[in-house]
Amino acid sequence: MKITLFVPCFVDMCYPNVGVSIVEILERLGHEIEVPEEIACCGQPAFNSGYWEEAKKVAIPVLQRLKNAEVIVIASGSCGAMLKVFYPELFAKTEYELDAIALAEKTYEFSDFLVTKLGNPDLGARFPAKVTFHDGCHGLRELGKKKEPRELLSQVRDLELLEMGEAETCCGFGGTFSAKFPMISTAMGEVKCASAIETGADFIISNDSSCLMHIQGLLNRQGEPIKTLHIAEVLNSRR
Amino acid sequence: MNLNVLQFKSDSERLTHNLDHRERIQSALKKYYVARDDKKARFQDWQAARQAAAETKWEAVNHLDKYLVEFADKIEARGAKVHWASTAEQAREIILGIVKEKNARRIIKSKVMTGEEIHLNAALEAAGYDVVESDLGEYIVQLRHEAPYHFVFPAMHLSRGEISDLFEKELGSAKTDSPEELTMIARRVMRDQYLAADIGISGANFAVAETGMISITENEGNARLTCALPKVHIALMGIEKVLPKFEDLALFLPMLGTAGAGQAVTCYNSMYAGPRQPGETDGPEEMHIVLLDNKRTHLLADIEQRDALHCIRCGACLNVCPIYKNVGGHTYGTTYQGPIGSVITPHLRGIQEWKHLSSASTLCGACTEACPVKINLHHHLLHNRRNAIAQKPVWWEQTLFHLSSILFNHPALWRLAAWGGRIGQLFHPLIQGTILDPARAWTKTRDLPPVADQTFKEYWRSRQK
Amino acid sequence: MSERTNILARIREGLSVPAPVPGTHELHGNEHATAPAPIVPGMVMKWLPPVGATFGDQVALFAKNSFELKTDFQIFDSLGELQGALKTLAQVEGWQRIGTHRGTLNDAICPALGLPMMLTDESYATPDLEKCDAGISECESLIAQTGSVLVTTRSSGGRALSVLPPHHVVLVRREQLLPDLPSGFAALKQKYTGNFPSFMSLITGPSRTGDIERILVLGAHGPKKLTIFCV
Repeated sequence: MKITLFVPCFVDMCYPNVGVSIVEILERLGHEIEVPEEIACCGQPAFNSGYWEEAKKVAIPVLQRLKNAEVIVIASGSCGAMLKVFYPELFAKTEYELDAIALAEKTYEFSDFLVTKLGNPDLGARFPAKVTFHDGCHGLRELGKKKEPRELLSQVRDLELLEMGEAETCCGFGGTFSAKFPMISTAMGEVKCASAIETGADFIISNDSSCLMHIQGLLNRQGEPIKTLHIAEVLNSRR
Repeated sequence: MNLNVLQFKSDSERLTHNLDHRERIQSALKKYYVARDDKKARFQDWQAARQAAAETKWEAVNHLDKYLVEFADKIEARGAKVHWASTAEQAREIILGIVKEKNARRIIKSKVMTGEEIHLNAALEAAGYDVVESDLGEYIVQLRHEAPYHFVFPAMHLSRGEISDLFEKELGSAKTDSPEELTMIARRVMRDQYLAADIGISGANFAVAETGMISITENEGNARLTCALPKVHIALMGIEKVLPKFEDLALFLPMLGTAGAGQAVTCYNSMYAGPRQPGETDGPEEMHIVLLDNKRTHLLADIEQRDALHCIRCGACLNVCPIYKNVGGHTYGTTYQGPIGSVITPHLRGIQEWKHLSSASTLCGACTEACPVKINLHHHLLHNRRNAIAQKPVWWEQTLFHLSSILFNHPALWRLAAWGGRIGQLFHPLIQGTILDPARAWTKTRDLPPVADQTFKEYWRSRQK
Repeated sequence: MSERTNILARIREGLSVPAPVPGTHELHGNEHATAPAPIVPGMVMKWLPPVGATFGDQVALFAKNSFELKTDFQIFDSLGELQGALKTLAQVEGWQRIGTHRGTLNDAICPALGLPMMLTDESYATPDLEKCDAGISECESLIAQTGSVLVTTRSSGGRALSVLPPHHVVLVRREQLLPDLPSGFAALKQKYTGNFPSFMSLITGPSRTGDIERILVLGAHGPKKLTIFCV
């Protein structure tokens, strides 16, 4: 299968290893990868802030560039929700409406792609550690993916998954919310971190790097030893 | 920035630092979660029940003219008087008019959120009437001269110690740390009030068009007494409360009890079909229904958000909202707190003044998931943001998003940005957390992630060579 | 009438554009929104909590719900047994005076208690009823699904009898047990269409509140105790 990989702006800039891991996993499974140089962002920050016209300026080139793609894998539940749920709304009743719906149908968040489209293949991963899983809200509620990442983790050798009480509670990132209401965002993050730490896990795993950026930022400041990792990095691990 | 925003920001800043407050709310809600999950699990099909409730409300709200007229005509045929109020002011005048005409002195109220919405107590008190809230939580916040903290659990923010102190000060009762004793103190006070009251004011959870009744859901029995003992019963309700059929209650009462309080149904669910009828020996001689619009038709006209009128005020969205749990109910500064309040307040009280509530959300969707009538709450917050910006953009935000669109659409600029980031972060420690730090809102409590030595796209380009 | 006209005009103007069908989170392609299929009453029964097929199941469910709600539910084989139990209850609690109303079951049971009775069938003074130690009423039906007692003005001695005294005792025949809420509402509708009592209430356990730290306290404003004696 020819897979078009969409690595969102902040993953590209700060978490390249997430993208590298996805490339390595998918190539190992025998698929051909392309990464469009021309697109960097899905437009969600402007969209969520209410600037839909500005969001369209970012989203239209994405639509055009991905129009002929066979299947698109995106390395974030949140950006995945933008393409799958919010593009059709953003472009409703415009000339791009049908393109947006077509794009939504062939776009998959990475962990969903592995399970739904590829049937949860054994990736030969080994990760000897205790981990807990954080459900990013967009992946969980907009895309409805709860069991998919857990099915993937269940295949990883020597990995022990410890569910936290607040797995489904928002971490408090929320994009521009984290800067507009930093104290609420921080308080929410503290609740999340405390719940993760309580499990005794060594790692917080998620399929959304944006949440992890927020959580890791807080953990660093608190001097907590627990680390965050994207699920692709775990699935690509063979240590 | 308007005053509402400043108040919201300063109150949320204060309350997120108050760990006792956070702990109290979380522990109160934990009891609710356990009970709610237990009762939900007893349903044979909770999701189908939600869908049916949503469709029933859709039918009612989308034919509101028909059902409202049917309700009004039928309950009038049973001897009630129906009053129509377009505005809060009209509703206050109608109620004051009835109170004056009856030469009433003492008024007892059961919990009525529309009363909070139109500031009814203040109007009655200003006109010289004694008004007592009979719901325990409402009574407590009334004694504190406070608004309800939560539209279902009005005094959730207070400890038994604070309530004991309050009762000691206001009622002269002895100190106690027993919730039961505190409840009995209020019970005794209230019994005298009931026997003395000339007028009882209630709300309505539902109005049944088919049979001309209102339905009131409660636990304490205070609404039952309010609607049984005084000679005059006034029910104040929003026009959106109508259900088409009598048997719709068989679905809505358990949905409301389960989602709202974690009860299969609440303790008392009472239907009132007019005042005392011939042959009946108690109940009010007069029943007045005040139907309140107060901008609900403004919400109705917005087809995107019309479903916000489906709300049955169960409070489930507040109970799961991580924002509500951290900032508390008073911070919102609105009659209706939490997600549903953030959605509807801009319609009821002006979008530019209240748009910040829609921004104060991570759009996590826990509210939408919890809503028993499937209101698309978190998407409506997004719609409010869009509507507010379309009406009045903030110039610097708009410029920023415009410039960033140029950045995202030009790979060369994006490559340059990575370099800029790497250089910038070398110097960032010098200003981190200071007023010069552009990322201060983030870096005050969190570390910024470093820009990678090799971005993903740089890796990809190096591989293609 | 003018505000009625104004409000209805605003409603009709608002409704001139149809809104999307609920539950579909789609906001496009809904220009021709059609009404969802009407909900058939029988469907509701399939979603609400199950009640069991037999009468025995439903009695057991009512008993289980009563236990959880802190309702004292007892079922007797004869009127005599019921009367004995009520007499014991009156002695244990030291009732001095009861409130009640006329009805076949009440008439068979209450006078034999030998206590001063206040009847709510004729107009009465509220403070007198407030002084009663117990209010003894009949009911329309019991609902197994929720452990509720369905009372109405006509079947249960008015609006206040079942809420004002500190102890509410319900006397009921086992034939009055209904499986679920839909059948409770259907029965009311069948019996009273065209002439509903002005007050109908589902009572589910003794009066309660959780307003102080979400801790359950019984007897907030209504009865502290609810006893259901079934024969």
